[in-house]
Amino acid sequence: MSRVLSLAEAVEEVLRDGDSVAMEGFAHLIPHAAGHEVIRQGRKHLTLIRMTPDLIYDQLIGMGCADKLVFSWGGNPGVGSIHRLRDAVENGWPQPLALEEHSHSAMANAYEAGAAGLPCAIFRGYIGVELARVNPNIKHITCPFTGERLAAVPALRPDVAVIHALKADRAGNVLLDGIVGVQKQAVLAAKRSLVTVEEIVDDFGPRSANTVILPSWTVDAIVCVPGGAHPSYAHGYYKRDNAYYKAWDAISRERDPFLAWMKANVLEKGPDAFAVYARQSRMAAE
Amino acid sequence: MAESYKPNEMMTIAAARALRNEDVCFVGIGMPSAAANLARLTHAPDITLIYESGTIATKPDVLPLSIGDGELCDTALTTVSVPEMFRYWLQGGRISVGFLGGAQIDRFANLNTTVVGPYDKPKVRLPGGGGAPEIATSCGEIFIIMSQSKRSFVGKLDFVTSLGHGEGGDHRERLGLTTKGPTKLITDLAVYEPDAETREMTVVSIHPGVTREQIDASTGWPVRYAANVVETPPPTAQELEVLRALNARTARAHGEAA
Repeated sequence: MSRVLSLAEAVEEVLRDGDSVAMEGFAHLIPHAAGHEVIRQGRKHLTLIRMTPDLIYDQLIGMGCADKLVFSWGGNPGVGSIHRLRDAVENGWPQPLALEEHSHSAMANAYEAGAAGLPCAIFRGYIGVELARVNPNIKHITCPFTGERLAAVPALRPDVAVIHALKADRAGNVLLDGIVGVQKQAVLAAKRSLVTVEEIVDDFGPRSANTVILPSWTVDAIVCVPGGAHPSYAHGYYKRDNAYYKAWDAISRERDPFLAWMKANVLEKGPDAFAVYARQSRMAAE
Repeated sequence: MAESYKPNEMMTIAAARALRNEDVCFVGIGMPSAAANLARLTHAPDITLIYESGTIATKPDVLPLSIGDGELCDTALTTVSVPEMFRYWLQGGRISVGFLGGAQIDRFANLNTTVVGPYDKPKVRLPGGGGAPEIATSCGEIFIIMSQSKRSFVGKLDFVTSLGHGEGGDHRERLGLTTKGPTKLITDLAVYEPDAETREMTVVSIHPGVTREQIDASTGWPVRYAANVVETPPPTAQELEVLRALNARTARAHGEAA
């Protein structure tokens, strides 16, 4: 059963040095507040898993939390490269970063296989491309019925999944809606999970029968962090802060300005710092 | 008389024209997104635009900065999970056109968005393939939109991220593919289509005011020209007006989001 904890308690309890962790959210509901707490607690030697490593993984990589990245697209969407990832791969700063690189199809299938309890995912992919040459986890099998050659990758089974959702209820169930990405699959594939939410309500109330719900017994820790997905967004709560994504390019380009920004905005702050984004946007929406 | 316009505007407009009203288009961020929405706002109002975040038949009023901006979900007919998007809709063969770009392209329209230099010790680590490896083989056909330069139009790719026509000829068929691959390459200078035999991308249309010398000087291989190259019709006043209004709305929206 899920338990409501403080963010510091939740990260301390769920995530350990050396873990593989998937912080998911496909442009929407990216768990930035939780990522910042991981940095504050100085987690080391993590294997970071994420289809689209963007700002939050750039920050974790730049602060030396990660030994390895499993991913399919690492950039600042619509802006360009993420510079801390580049610096780690090109120059080994602040430490070398091993890469396991896939396509989106492969990652999405691998999460689904993990949630389904299968050892691997099978799909029609990687045809005529070079990733299979550099990633030994890309293999092929032959369909026993048709003889078609198909791609196979190992299922993703992270030690920990970290996501940001819209709501939890008093019973500890979790609700998300909108662009739901691979969060349900990531939580069900992981051994442990941590969910930050915009609000905790008595009852979810009227909703579509197909709204994504993670029952309380599939989640370990719930933390209420309003604004906790900023600068990504929470459907119906606040919008994506596109100006912030653009500003990140200059903040992160060089090492010293990056470190100074992280000190002022992450190391010396707490989860409460995110509330301003939730409030600000709500006021603007009224 | 046509108004004055920028090469980028000609490129986006030429790409938009290639899309048909009945297409189901898998849209990437940046220039593909601008072209696809321009098509929707001009000659192809019923086109189905799909973004890999799971939004199907989306009609954004402003261009998204990411593939998953809230605007896409708010204006979509339906939004599905990412595994469903890649399994049922892309792999399932429901997409007629995929729209791609890249950092490097070769004469057979293979693309590199992974690394400049060797993979293990890259000079530049690029974002990577994302959806492209499977978009390139699962969509009915592929349109590519890219600005031309010798740095990006190269004799040999540093890395093959997504397949175009491979080594040319029947290479795709030999790999078991039944989809067409890149059927159009739209640049800021010209429009290319694959040669029927060799599948090498061949100039079929040159934008107004552009010379063959300019194209040759911006391309890292000896460019082939079709037997009867035509001039790309210049942007109409309506195309320019709709594109500029879309870009202005987008700039306002992204600035205000701070």
